Amino acid sequence: MNSFLRPAPASSSASVSISSSSHSQRPALLAALMLALSALALGGCATVAPHERATLNDYTMRADRDKLHDAMTEHILFSREASSGGRGVGGGGCGCN
Amino acid sequence: MRCAPTNPEFRSRLRTGALALLATALLAVSPAVTFAAESAEKAGLVGKPLPALSGFKFEGELPALSGKVVLVDFWASWCAPCKASFPALGELQQKFASRGLVIVGVSVDENVKAYAKFLEKQKPPFAVVRDLDQRLAATLEPAAMPTSYLVDRRGVIRFVHEGFHGKSSIDSYTKEIEQLLSESAP
Repeated sequence: MNSFLRPAPASSSASVSISSSSHSQRPALLAALMLALSALALGGCATVAPHERATLNDYTMRADRDKLHDAMTEHILFSREASSGGRGVGGGGCGCN
Repeated sequence: MRCAPTNPEFRSRLRTGALALLATALLAVSPAVTFAAESAEKAGLVGKPLPALSGFKFEGELPALSGKVVLVDFWASWCAPCKASFPALGELQQKFASRGLVIVGVSVDENVKAYAKFLEKQKPPFAVVRDLDQRLAATLEPAAMPTSYLVDRRGVIRFVHEGFHGKSSIDSYTKEIEQLLSESAP
C-alpha cells in the first residue's frame, strides 16, 4: 500500500498534541496556520518588470499554441457543460441554436 | 428558530476565521498595491533631467544629443506594439529632424539574433542602440512596452508615453514635439 494512502496510527504525536490542546485555541491555531501558508505562498510571487517580459511573451507561453490540444479541451468542456454550439455560437447551451 | 448563533465559543471562532480571511485577502492584494505605488513614482520623472546616456553601456552608436529635442523610446523585438510604433516614429524623425529632433530607440532585447532580425526587417531611419545590461531600463523603469521619454533641449524629461495607441499617440507626439522644438535652446 502506498505510504500516502496509509492511515496515520491513532497514537501519533500530531494527533496527541492537537487533542491535548484546549478546544478554544483551535481557531487561533488554524488562523495562524492559514496566515503562515498564505505568506509562504506569496513568497513565490514576483512582479516582472515590463522590459523583462521577453520569456513571458514567447510563443511557447501561449495557451492556444496547439490547435489539436485546443480542439480536444474544448470538446471535453462542451461535452461536460452540454453547451451545444460551443464557443462559436451564442446561447446558453439549450441546444436550440 | 434562531437566526444568529448565540454560542460565545462559536462567535469567537467565527470572528477569528473572519480575521484570518481578511488578513489573507490583504496579503493577496499587497503585490498589486506595491505595483500601483511604483507606477506613481514613475510619473514623477516628468520635470527631472534624463540621466546622461554616456554613462550606460550600449551596443551601437549614440547620436549627438546636446541641445536637441530627444525622444528616447524603449522597445523590444518581442513587443508587438513596439513594432507597430516604428513606422510612426520613423515618420516623426523624417518630419522633424531638420528642426532638431533626435529619436533614439533603446532596445531591451537580450536575444541578439531577434534584435538584429527585427532591425533588418524594420530598417528604422532613426538611431537604435541596445541596452546591454538593461541598466538604463532599470534606471528609468518603463511602465509598459514601448515607453518613450520626450526630452527638451535642456535635457529635461517633459513627456512620458506608455504604450503605443495608433493615431492618438502620433497626434500627441506631434503636438508635444512641436511645442518642445519651438522652445529656445539653452
